[in-house]
Amino acid sequence: MASARRRLLLTLALATLALALCGLVVGSEGWSFGALTDPALRQVVWDIRAPRTAGAWLTGLLLGLSGAIAQGLFRNPLAEPYLLGSSAGAGLAVVIVLAAGHAGGQAFQLLGADALLRLGLVGAAFVGALGGVSLTLLLARGAQRSTTGLLLAGVVVGFVLGAMADLVTMAAPEALRGKQVFMLGTTGFLGWTSCGALALGALLTLPPAWRFARALDALALGEDSARSLGLPLPQVRMLMVVLLALATGTAVAQAGLVAFVGLVSPHLVRSRVQAPHRFTLMASAATGGVLLLAGDVLARSVIAPEELPVGVLTAVLGGSYLMWLLHRRGAR
Amino acid sequence: MRRCGLALWLCIASAAQAAGISVQDDRGVTVQLDRPAQRIVTLLPSLTETVCELKACERLVGTDRYSNWPASVQALPKTGGMEDANVERIVALKPDVVLAAVSTRAIGRLEALGLKVAALEPKSHADMRRVIGAVARLLGKDGEELLWRRIEQQTREAAAKVPASLRGQHVYLEVDASPYAAGPSSFVGETLAALGLGNVVPKELGPFPKLNPEFVVRAQPDILIGTDTAIQEMAARPGWQGLKALKTGRTCGFAMPQYEVLIRPGPRLGEAAQLLAGCFTKLAQAH
Repeated sequence: MASARRRLLLTLALATLALALCGLVVGSEGWSFGALTDPALRQVVWDIRAPRTAGAWLTGLLLGLSGAIAQGLFRNPLAEPYLLGSSAGAGLAVVIVLAAGHAGGQAFQLLGADALLRLGLVGAAFVGALGGVSLTLLLARGAQRSTTGLLLAGVVVGFVLGAMADLVTMAAPEALRGKQVFMLGTTGFLGWTSCGALALGALLTLPPAWRFARALDALALGEDSARSLGLPLPQVRMLMVVLLALATGTAVAQAGLVAFVGLVSPHLVRSRVQAPHRFTLMASAATGGVLLLAGDVLARSVIAPEELPVGVLTAVLGGSYLMWLLHRRGAR
Repeated sequence: MRRCGLALWLCIASAAQAAGISVQDDRGVTVQLDRPAQRIVTLLPSLTETVCELKACERLVGTDRYSNWPASVQALPKTGGMEDANVERIVALKPDVVLAAVSTRAIGRLEALGLKVAALEPKSHADMRRVIGAVARLLGKDGEELLWRRIEQQTREAAAKVPASLRGQHVYLEVDASPYAAGPSSFVGETLAALGLGNVVPKELGPFPKLNPEFVVRAQPDILIGTDTAIQEMAARPGWQGLKALKTGRTCGFAMPQYEVLIRPGPRLGEAAQLLAGCFTKLAQAH
């Protein structure tokens, strides 16, 4: 058992290293050892490829972690990080900023338009994601009652905020294209500043997730059993939701709605080892990092010199894997 | 003596300023160049066209994937679009300045990497004139007045060609089948007004409003304008076969290359006016 875990961790570490190396070498401008001396190539490698590689890994890490938290919290293998309204909230905020940017000083002189633009897409997406989750919590009257209530509230908030975003794009069709790209997710604009924000997100979420992972193990026995074990359910739920929102919000703000990484990573881990949540959470995070790193390298090289939005790739690859997993389970 | 020193200082200061180029872009950011830009990347077709019309096409080292005019730019390295610009490729092209629309996503990233970016977004005729001026200053060219005068001249000539029987008629210009229309405050709307035509879309609805198909049927436009495929399929839309303009063939369907001239707020505004006037002349002859 322990050796299976060790094997998985070793595989993940090796894959991360290999893919990170690919991340430095692969890109539309190719690679030559001149990168070590030629200043232009050096900038391409160290200021563009290195941060987007690190950024993709960190984004995947956060999504993998929040996927594992969501599936543990809702005791549902189909749960994913965007379930509690974070994606819809971020989407709405992004669309509003885009629309305000286009209206900028022309059609409607919104008092807030200027401030919104300064907040930028990244800030807006982060605030929107947290706002979406807060709205879900508000609707479910906190995390007091049941997990199902929370889930339902998340779905409702997702629909309503999504519809509001559609409404804004009807009024300002120029925002449509930007919204679409945000929905697909992209790692192409990640710089060192983005990496800093992502790393901060990881620092804020990974240690508490590690510390309180045992609560998810208790929750896996059912809410009644967990309660009888003396677990303060509302507080645990709240903490997990906050971690989920923070991790997802940070990732979404920097890279948009990258699909399937959060959903698939915990499955990948569980298909290899059965372990308590402490291990699953961390291994899922590492798996998410590897997946998005691979996605980023592929996105740059599949149709080079043009780029695919990384979200399209993760959706195709992650989706195919999930289908294969379901098929294999059905066959058993 | 002190006055003399002040004059000397002023002299030096103004000379220093004259040596560089300083242009305020549409974000209000001042873009400073030491000398006229020699290597340019454009991320918007109308900006590509502006650079070329200012006779600096050879200074372009890359464009966005949608820039297709003049034909020579099609051979240049393509750097993606407004939302998915390829940062690595743009940096590797080592441009002196990147010309992009204000809403281009990559602007922040490109500036963080030390590139100069001028964000320019022409939305109206007045904007276009200002953008041509800004691009000309960045290029160190002085053809801006000439180019603008040519656009005005072309528009005037086109207006003179529009048959008197069509003046004041109301036009529906479709930019998308949803249907989105060009309103009077859009640059196309301004061109139509310059040609003496009216618009079925009221000004309050903004430059490119999404309309209810009912609105178009009810408004009974005198002339329908769109891509040739859009015009062909209009009769198949529920209720649209009742449009008098469709029944009587008072339509202007343009093939894609011409339609692009029409809907790009670029230096081919004058040409767009002439294309429209050409169609109106044909309509008047046919009826």
